[in-house]
Amino acid sequence: MSAAREQILGGIRQALKRGPLGEAERGALIERLAHPARNLVPARAQSLDDEARLALFIAMAEEVQTTVTRVDSPAAVPAAVADYLSRHNLPSRLVMTPDPQLDDIPWAERPMLEIRRGRAEDSDAVGVTACFAGIAETGTLMLISGPESPTRNNFLPDTHIVVLRGAQMVASYEDGWARLREKTRRPDGSLALPRTVNFITGPSRTADIELRIELGAHGPRRLHIVLIADEGPAA
Amino acid sequence: MQPTSHAFAENAHRALADGNLQSALQRMRTGFPGRRAAAVARLPEFEALREQAKAIKDHVLAHLDFYLETFEQRVVAQGGAVHWCRTPEEARAAVLDICRRLGARTVTKGKSMIAEEIALNDYLEANGVTPVETDLGEYIIQIRKEYPSHIIAPAIHLVKQQIAQSFRETHRELDPGRALDEPPALVAEARTVLRRKFLAADVGITGANFCIAETGSTIIVTNEGNGDLTQTLPKAHIVLASLEKLVPTLEDVSTILRVLARSATGQEFSTYTTVSTGPRRAADDDGPSEYHVVFLDNGRSAALGTEFQDVLRCIRCGACMNHCPVYANVGGHAYGWVYPGPLGAVLTPMLVGIKEAAHLPNASTFCGRCESVCPMKIPLPRMMRHWREREFTERLSPPRYRQGLALWAFLARRPALYHAAAALGARLLGGLGRRHGRFRSLPLAGGWTASRDMPAPEGRSFQSLWAERQRRP
Repeated sequence: MSAAREQILGGIRQALKRGPLGEAERGALIERLAHPARNLVPARAQSLDDEARLALFIAMAEEVQTTVTRVDSPAAVPAAVADYLSRHNLPSRLVMTPDPQLDDIPWAERPMLEIRRGRAEDSDAVGVTACFAGIAETGTLMLISGPESPTRNNFLPDTHIVVLRGAQMVASYEDGWARLREKTRRPDGSLALPRTVNFITGPSRTADIELRIELGAHGPRRLHIVLIADEGPAA
Repeated sequence: MQPTSHAFAENAHRALADGNLQSALQRMRTGFPGRRAAAVARLPEFEALREQAKAIKDHVLAHLDFYLETFEQRVVAQGGAVHWCRTPEEARAAVLDICRRLGARTVTKGKSMIAEEIALNDYLEANGVTPVETDLGEYIIQIRKEYPSHIIAPAIHLVKQQIAQSFRETHRELDPGRALDEPPALVAEARTVLRRKFLAADVGITGANFCIAETGSTIIVTNEGNGDLTQTLPKAHIVLASLEKLVPTLEDVSTILRVLARSATGQEFSTYTTVSTGPRRAADDDGPSEYHVVFLDNGRSAALGTEFQDVLRCIRCGACMNHCPVYANVGGHAYGWVYPGPLGAVLTPMLVGIKEAAHLPNASTFCGRCESVCPMKIPLPRMMRHWREREFTERLSPPRYRQGLALWAFLARRPALYHAAAALGARLLGGLGRRHGRFRSLPLAGGWTASRDMPAPEGRSFQSLWAERQRRP
């Protein structure tokens, strides 16, 4: 290992007035990492039932200029997407990730939608992706990279449409991590995290000119969520 | 960059006379503090989260060697590399080596204060690699050949007319007759110009808000999405981070993220929080093939165990400068280096030396707002006082200031003499000033009376009144 590395680590120990950590202390730190504990998680989204959690998600998302359409089944998604595009005068040609999560949606029933499955290019104006979770606390989407979900599809198209399922809704970031740990844990207990985890809360924005918020700085100008969720029991 | 912190007084005078700067600062004064207060008020757990966030960072600093080694091990296990750099020179060389090996001609850059600290752009440029800043604020100051005046809003010192002029001078290929009067047109133009840069870049460089020991991940927090295009499209992703960015787990960083955006911009959560772990996986259809973390020490490890350790908890939200009455009047450039405001007043002496930066810890009224809004509860005023002590013991303060302090100390250690001198002074000044009730100017206090009058003392000193009152039944 490099001299710089040894000097930096040695300098840290010297400044902290100790040598390398003892076995017991090291063991305790390794244990802390192996079993990550939750700190305080705000009550905001945790105490809610499923329906109220969906409502909180939608309210928080809309606060940051995300738009949300709620439908009751995968069959209703193509029409919701087509309606959104025509309402905003957007092209009906779109790039869609090859994500199997989108396969139960009958896209062919909307032949007006011209769909290419694959990774996004600069020329793609509209993109559709699935996602990993929705986080109600702040109206945040959690997306993960993989062979079927290239990260660039979340950023290159001007308009990003995300299909989110009610069952993907969680209360907090910690709940999102818990699901990801479950999905990516190897038999030896270590995690096989994807290259990229994107938490996305609203369309791209900047306030770098005179502190005025402008949408569409580099990523999508529009973020639209089609939420597939049955209406809960009537209140 | 060459610091001009030694010229703080001159810098500040110039800033106060700069009309564009003053109107830009006016916007900041009314913008950030109100947004932060509203966001904090909406989250009942905010104070408790602050305590926990502070405790997490204190824990990391006490075990920094362990967390750095663990982080490195996990980065390497995922196919990434970690480069340890003691100095800015070593960090610049590490970045250039990677660029050269990959034959890189242009690199895109997300916002990184470490890149500013090591003056990376000038170095790359001088060595044949073209760096392109992609955060809008950073891009604006890059084309203006300036440096950031705020750690989260680098171009906050400018008004839109100045930005429009810079765009016209730089984007010469575009129609000179185009309208650029309003921010939307400026943002759209930057988007178009920079999109081409993203697609052409060979290497992408970002900073890191956090490095996660548990997973070997780095995290960036942005609103524009520029950091994501920067790290996703090119062949290699280089992360610049200082040692103290370590956080143990994903749960721990979730806690800190809850106080970060609220303290910085008053947002519930920043638009993009991105967790990057290693290079692209074998089956992935995009992402960088190489992932490098360049760690910079630059004097930070030596601050551990000293009275300045607490500043290493800083998560660079900018709340201290957003709430500082001095920053709000002179702006960031007056501080003369990359870190302005109360944070700069503590960090700059640590990184460039108290000799260069002696003015900065003195550029404070000690009103304490910085500490009261700091999400990591860093005792900034106390540390500024420590720097003032060092300045004094290292004999860096001006002779007259030192003589005055020595005289005061001499008297303060002799209470009887002090009281007698104070009573005499009060009577003398009271007598001289009786006619007008105030002094327009006083010998040895010209700096004080330049902008206000000194009221003439009336009657007796507090001490003698107090003594008399104590004697009464």
